[in-house]
Amino acid sequence: MKYALLIYPKPGSHEELGEDEYKSVSAEYWAFREDPRCLGGAHLQPIETATTVRYGGGEDLIIDGPYADTKEVLGGYFVFDASNLDEALEVAQRIPAVRLGGAVEVRPLVEVPVETAH
Amino acid sequence: MDLAEEAAQEAFAIAAERWPRDGLPQHPVAWLVATGRNRAIDRVRRERTLEDKTRLLEADQPAATMDELDLDDSTIPDERLELIFTCCHPALAVDAQVALTLRALGGLTTGEIALAFLVSEQTMKRRLSRAKAKIKATAIPFAVPADRLLPDRLAAVLAVVYLIFNQAYPDRGDLAANAIGLGRLLAELMADEPEVYGLLALMLLHDSRREARVVDGQLVPLAEQDRSRHDRAKVEAGRAALERALALRPAAGPYVLQAAIASLQAEEEVEWDEVAVLYERLERVTGSPVVALNRAVAVAEAGAPERALELVDSLELGDYRYLHSTRAELLRRLGRQEEARAAFEHALRLAATDPERRFLARRLAGL
Repeated sequence: MKYALLIYPKPGSHEELGEDEYKSVSAEYWAFREDPRCLGGAHLQPIETATTVRYGGGEDLIIDGPYADTKEVLGGYFVFDASNLDEALEVAQRIPAVRLGGAVEVRPLVEVPVETAH
Repeated sequence: MDLAEEAAQEAFAIAAERWPRDGLPQHPVAWLVATGRNRAIDRVRRERTLEDKTRLLEADQPAATMDELDLDDSTIPDERLELIFTCCHPALAVDAQVALTLRALGGLTTGEIALAFLVSEQTMKRRLSRAKAKIKATAIPFAVPADRLLPDRLAAVLAVVYLIFNQAYPDRGDLAANAIGLGRLLAELMADEPEVYGLLALMLLHDSRREARVVDGQLVPLAEQDRSRHDRAKVEAGRAALERALALRPAAGPYVLQAAIASLQAEEEVEWDEVAVLYERLERVTGSPVVALNRAVAVAEAGAPERALELVDSLELGDYRYLHSTRAELLRRLGRQEEARAAFEHALRLAATDPERRFLARRLAGL
């Protein structure tokens, strides 16, 4: 089963790291991509870069800022192919954001039949 | 003093489940208190059904299989161990874990579980189907967890069984029998885990006092209980399980320690010094101020009420009701009447059950 590992770092936790620490944490993140079960992932630019698109009052709206005005914001994600939830949770527990005070939300993906997948 | 003891039992079930994750809760027993009031049940019907179900469990027959949960139609009775780890998976809410366990292994119907937790059958049905849907959608494994996960997962399983037992306490013998049946099942399935025997021993030893603990709706403290009304067979069975646990590993976990305390308390003459030492060890293992409160009770019973009061006053338990009833009792014993009165009145305002209220009112009247 495929799982999205949605990474919510503690705000500021990664920025507070010293240069060497930051490098080693970055290397840890990259190492997840080397895992053969990792199907992809991304590190998002900071929340200040977000633009939200909605439809309201009969027109398309383009608004500066994130969709949800919360302190914890999605910082990135991985998609992993794991045999069950325990395996996915074990991967999630190793993501550096967790030990740095953040959290990782684990959500299974809807299975897409092969012939309709793009 | 018995009130504080009950508190440890109740709160510990939650502590075992939550404290490692959430830190110290504001209201350790809130969850149980909320579900513990005004239990209106059709006792006769329930007792008859549960007796049958319990007998089934004891006769080593599968009470239910995953089959009944519509999760996998290929499961066979020998997979009960896998089943319980699935039901008690930490990705499920604790109330869902409890409900699934009672349904799949405790042999209760959805309606019976709903009655036990004071929710409508519809609500319980939804709770169960949400949990089953999550098991399926997220692929919660139907397996005994890998060794590296086992200690945490076993603790979750034991916490669920103990939560069921505590939900039954003090006036629901039927549900307690079910919890003990689950404890026996676990002991049979995991014969090399000391904490499994520790939990079974603890439940048997506490349950042995059931008849003596509430008499005519009055809560009777351990020291005043009619010991001839203690169930000797349960005491012996509890002690046998405790010995088994102690033989398996010298380092005692929280359930084994609690069972050892309950075993000491089953003696005619309680060695309160030893009880206090065991509570101190339990306090180190759990870091729980509720356990510290019980240590204070033991210290007082061992003849040092002043020291006990110091311990109680050093605890940060806020309006935890047993803190105030314990404090009141200590002040009473120290002859500090006025302070005792204020503390009893405070405890009375916080009391959650009628037997507790009557007990406190009696103490207050006796000042």
